[in-house]
Amino acid sequence: MRLRFVLAEIGHGFRRNLSMISAVILVTFVSLSAVGAALMLQLQVDRIKGDWYDKVEVSIYLCPKDAIDQGNCASGAVSEDQLQAVKDRLESAELAPYVEQTFDQSAQSVFEEYQERFGGSYLTSEVSLEMFGPVIHVRLTDPTKFEVVTDAVGSMPGVLQAIDQSDLFDRLFDLLSKVRLAALGVAAVLGLAAILLITTTIRLSALSRQRETGIMRLVGASNLFIQLPFMLEGAVAALLGSVLAVGALWGMAEFWLADWVERNFAAVMGSVNPADAIMVAPWLVVAAVVLAGVSSALTLRRFTRV
Amino acid sequence: MITFENVTKIYARGARPALDSVSLEIPRGQFCFLVGASGSGKSTLLSLVLREEHITSGRGFVLGQDIAKMPQRRIPRFRRQIGSVFQDFRLLERKTVFQNVAFAMQVIGRPRHAIMRTVPDVLDLVGLAGKERRRPHELSGGEQQRVAIARAVVNRPQILLADEPTGNLDPRTSEGIMAVLERVNQTGTTVVMATHDVGLVDQARQRVVELAEGRIIRDEASGYYGGEA
Repeated sequence: MRLRFVLAEIGHGFRRNLSMISAVILVTFVSLSAVGAALMLQLQVDRIKGDWYDKVEVSIYLCPKDAIDQGNCASGAVSEDQLQAVKDRLESAELAPYVEQTFDQSAQSVFEEYQERFGGSYLTSEVSLEMFGPVIHVRLTDPTKFEVVTDAVGSMPGVLQAIDQSDLFDRLFDLLSKVRLAALGVAAVLGLAAILLITTTIRLSALSRQRETGIMRLVGASNLFIQLPFMLEGAVAALLGSVLAVGALWGMAEFWLADWVERNFAAVMGSVNPADAIMVAPWLVVAAVVLAGVSSALTLRRFTRV
Repeated sequence: MITFENVTKIYARGARPALDSVSLEIPRGQFCFLVGASGSGKSTLLSLVLREEHITSGRGFVLGQDIAKMPQRRIPRFRRQIGSVFQDFRLLERKTVFQNVAFAMQVIGRPRHAIMRTVPDVLDLVGLAGKERRRPHELSGGEQQRVAIARAVVNRPQILLADEPTGNLDPRTSEGIMAVLERVNQTGTTVVMATHDVGLVDQARQRVVELAEGRIIRDEASGYYGGEA
């Protein structure tokens, strides 16, 4: 009887306040979609970061014959001694724990690779073998610790430049994290709007049911019993919003985003997994409950005291 | 049942007391009229009994509980033992007669079978048998007040507070309401009724407590509205 009574009260509140309830559902839907998008982006970034860091290596470019005043190339082409010094450094007790594997590439091979890649274009016409030095490729045990290696060998004589590839995609991650921040910002603003809206809805609902709550108080209904229908009204609306958000995120990932990224950005972004939307779903539901809870607490404390 | 010792109630600082050092004892099962001009303190006294308002000074006991020291969380359970009826009925328009009365049981969590058993009995007591499915706007004023009384007594309170229950009703209908209240009183419920209705008071020959400017100026065991005739 109690449950049925409470449910009937909620249903009644919904019918009476239909437009406000719809507004609550829509605002929570949009704000939680933004939260969900940010969370999914985070999952995606974590995943491609893993993929990418697995491939990270440090490339140590050594001085070519034609190097004049770049890097540490004052003495011209890298000498045998200098090359050996760099190799010894990589095998030293200091660096050995970070280095998984090294392999050398001769100047000739680098030149050929370059020509193969840019063959036929103007980029190759002015280029000669003398402009290329040998390269030592270093595979790292922990790809995030590339700086230890670049710092150690970057300034050694005979080294033109020590480059880690992470530099390149750190910029991508930087962009993605800004997108994520923007999404979170939108979510925060809309979340605030949702709280204000739920608060107003509960207050309106309470005003329109003042006579009922007045009688409830007179006959000795407990505070919880008086407040429950209002709290649940807000909570059900917020939950509906979160369900819509999960549905929208999943639908977007499944029917549009996955396909679009696959076609355009597969190389950088990897593939988008629609199951991510299901992974973030519990968090969105929790967020909805928190939204509704905060709003109820703000409103009900004031108007339903005995 | 209700004991006031030098109870004073001041609503706003510096204002004239709504109740001024009132001492009163209403024993179990009594029918007691509160009379006096508007603003004399009748309604304030009732709202102190119901613990809607705080006592400013003095001591008050209702149903054995100190109403000055009662914590908030005890109030709902306390009020379940007190029924209230008002001049304006305060019925729920969208509910039927039966639902209006059942509402008072539902909101304190009484089970369905208890509601199905009790409500018809109470409607019978107030003379509304057969009108269970009507809505308030289909009833006369007197019938609406009977619904309100049924709602007030359906949880078997020990005290029934009535604040000018016949204020909106014609004399004949008022007599009917009075008869219902006396019937409720005969089941053992203490009834405290604030009223302006001279005829009812004079006819009933019950205890009359007269208030003026927050003070008790008359208290007679079997009195008339305007004092001994």
